[in-house]
Amino acid sequence: MPVNPDLVGRQFPPTAPYLVGREKVREFARAVLATDTDLVPATFPVVIQEATLAQLLAEPDAGIDFSRVVHGEQRFSYSRPIVIGDELTATLSVTSVKTLGGNAMVTAASEMVDAGGEHVVTAISTLVVRGDE
Amino acid sequence: MSGYTVGEVVAEHTYGLTRDTLVRYAGASGDFNPIHYRDDVAASVGLPGVLAHGMLTMGFAVQPVVEWIGDRGWVSDYQTRFTRPVVVDPIEGASVTVVATIGAVEEGALRVDLTVTYDSATVLGKAQVRVTLS
Repeated sequence: MPVNPDLVGRQFPPTAPYLVGREKVREFARAVLATDTDLVPATFPVVIQEATLAQLLAEPDAGIDFSRVVHGEQRFSYSRPIVIGDELTATLSVTSVKTLGGNAMVTAASEMVDAGGEHVVTAISTLVVRGDE
Repeated sequence: MSGYTVGEVVAEHTYGLTRDTLVRYAGASGDFNPIHYRDDVAASVGLPGVLAHGMLTMGFAVQPVVEWIGDRGWVSDYQTRFTRPVVVDPIEGASVTVVATIGAVEEGALRVDLTVTYDSATVLGKAQVRVTLS
C-alpha cells in the first residue's frame, strides 16, 4: 500500500502531558555524550516526538510500513529553552507527503506547548518510506 | 558585534562510539529498533552492519557548540538531514568527528554549521545550529 497523500493537513489529538524530569534529562544528556548533564539537550524533544510519530504510524489509512521507514531529516525550532518541570503537550500534523522515485517522503510537525498553552518547541521530522524494490 | 567571525572554527571534537553507546541511547530515547544493536537483524535488511541512530549522531554533534557557547547563548534551532549511516563495528566501534564553523552572524544570533564525518565522508547534510545570544 503506498503512502496516503490525503494525510497532508491531518492533525492528531494532543498527547498526554509529558513532565520533563531531572533524572530523565540527565540520562538523555549522558546518552548524547553531553558534558553538562543538567542542561536539557537540544534534541531532547525527540523523546516526546516518539509518541506523536507512533500515532501517525498506527493510523490505519496512512500506508506507512514501519519496516521501510528511514529517518530523512529532523529539525527543532524553539521559542524558549525547555526547563526541568515543564509539562509539554505535543500535537502532530502532517505537513507534506511527496513521492520521489519509488520512495515517499512524509513530513510531520509535532508542536509542543507548556502547561500554560505557550509554544516551546516544534519538532519536524521527515520520514522516508522506501517503495518496493 | 562581539567578535564572532564567519568562517571561524569554534569547536572540534572526535567521539568514539561503541555498541554500549548505542544501547545507552536506545534506552534513553526509547528507540529500540534492533538495527541499532543486532547484527543479524541489520544483515537481514541488507545493512552493512549495526548502525548508530541518526538522532544519536544529531544529539552529540551539537554538544561541541553547546560547550563552546556556555552561558553566552542557547540553541534555538537545530536541523539536519541524515545523508549517510554510521556503521558501528562490535570491536572497533566508530569514530565520528564534528567541526563547528560560524556560518552567519546576525542581530543577536549566530548560525553555526556542523561538518560531521565518519570514515572520511560526511554523515549529516545541512547540519545547522542557530544560537540565540543571551
